[in-house]
Amino acid sequence: MHKRVHYNTSYLPYLLVAPQIIITLLFFIWPAVQALYQSFLLEDAFGLYTEFVWFDNFTELYDSENYLNSFIRTAFFSISVAALSMGFALFFAALADRVIKGSHTYRTLLIIPYAVAPVLAGTLWLFLFNPTLGIIPYFLDMVSIDWNHKLNSSQAMSLVIIAAAWKQVSYNFLFFVAAMHSIPKSLIEAAAIDGAGPLHRFRTIIFPLISPTTFFLLVVNIIYAFFDTFGIIHAITGGGPGNSTEILVYKVFNDGFVGLDLGGSAAQSVILMFIVIVLTVVQFKYVERKVEY
Amino acid sequence: MIENRPMTTFVSHTVLILGVALIVFPIWVMVVAASHDALRLTQVPLPLLPGNQFWVNLKLLFSGQGFSAPIHLTLLNSLAMALMISVGKIVISIISAFAIVYFKFRFRMFFFWMIFLTLMLPVEVRILPTYEVIANFGMLDTYAGLSIPLIASATATFMFRQTFMTISDELMEASRIDGASPMRFFFDVVIPMSRTNIAALFVILFIFGWNQYLWPLLVTTDPDMYTVVMSIKQMLESGESEPMWHLIMMTALVAMLPPILVVIFMQKIFVKGLTDSEK
Repeated sequence: MHKRVHYNTSYLPYLLVAPQIIITLLFFIWPAVQALYQSFLLEDAFGLYTEFVWFDNFTELYDSENYLNSFIRTAFFSISVAALSMGFALFFAALADRVIKGSHTYRTLLIIPYAVAPVLAGTLWLFLFNPTLGIIPYFLDMVSIDWNHKLNSSQAMSLVIIAAAWKQVSYNFLFFVAAMHSIPKSLIEAAAIDGAGPLHRFRTIIFPLISPTTFFLLVVNIIYAFFDTFGIIHAITGGGPGNSTEILVYKVFNDGFVGLDLGGSAAQSVILMFIVIVLTVVQFKYVERKVEY
Repeated sequence: MIENRPMTTFVSHTVLILGVALIVFPIWVMVVAASHDALRLTQVPLPLLPGNQFWVNLKLLFSGQGFSAPIHLTLLNSLAMALMISVGKIVISIISAFAIVYFKFRFRMFFFWMIFLTLMLPVEVRILPTYEVIANFGMLDTYAGLSIPLIASATATFMFRQTFMTISDELMEASRIDGASPMRFFFDVVIPMSRTNIAALFVILFIFGWNQYLWPLLVTTDPDMYTVVMSIKQMLESGESEPMWHLIMMTALVAMLPPILVVIFMQKIFVKGLTDSEK
């Protein structure tokens, strides 16, 4: 944590941490406190009338079927994104770990989605799946599947899941490759000499040894699906049809900036903050453990 | 390779090629669409092979007619925002990590935990109140408003702290005996020794900054301040008619090119930085 020897200047360290601390206070801590405070208030849209209502905003959310649905939807969305993206990435990483020729080319192409902004990723998939023009609905039509994510809510959900998972494949792939790379070659060779085939080795050696990475990625992917997919949903569905793709972050934005329900939106922010805190603690607990390995 | 199994290797390659094709497919379709004219993109099925309108579309895009914000301006805004975020984050994180590692001072741990706390407050959960702060400071529609609220960084501070811990204590003692001031030591020893980490972090943060969407969407109302990533959404929504896909796809291509090039050309340093630092 700290050096054995250090400087003892009186004012310099304060000067050095000042920019970070000032920005943190002004744009992080203060707004978070505000959100906490607002979540206890009932305000009208013009700010003329304010009343302290204790936990009313929260109980209202708890009673709101709409909000609970959004919660379940978000859970479904993030688990699907994590499973799809990690499954794909693990499969490719296992193959890429085997081959020597061309592995650099594969990696270069597979990391491209990482650099694509979520809203642009959404735009690309929207174009591919455009109900009237898109290439994929054209082919789906041949097997008599009628694609219209603007009307069909489960199709809309599938589309945002695919787009969000696509963007995250690169990240997962890189971490799985790095994890597999760090497995001692002698282990794999010993198993091979004993007659274990590639599949058997993957199941009994590689997969168990990379499980810390898998767990780490699971948490990171869930955080990603919760918070970084706003652009994707904004571009593809705008939360619709109905509210079928309105995940929690999207709802905070919709209720606060569009619906101007400030107290309700703040209460939702507070709940989200609580979720991030839990996820971050889980993530760091795991890192602590990993350091001991 | 562990053993020689030509068949398995062949299958591995085939599956990998198919997988890569699947991942690259949306990008390919975008490039193809950007090379056709508007009329062709209203006819089903859409083309899968490039047309000859690529340069025409590119010229049309940069001529800026019919756009609320000309693309060279939105590109410039994106560049300014991405650079301010990445450079800003690196500068304030490296100096605060330096203070926390190399100095003994009151409230050191308190500051450390305060920085740690920012990890738990992504912009998405505090959008409304942060927006109010920016509005009160009159920072709407400015570069400062676009970048400063995103600049504090726990991850970068942790990473620099980690790096500094690996620099041997003797270096600092030696420089102190030679009469070098703390800042002299910082500039002459600490920064050169953190070069690779700074570069890796820069790549990651540049992409992070360039790809920001929700925040710029909220703090900019003046079309002259739009970023290129945001402008896509406006194009998708323009009017009642079917969107102009050839220009949208060209804009998307131009908007994603800088971060893609950065990732590809700085791949080695990016991959190392990502897999080492984010844990």
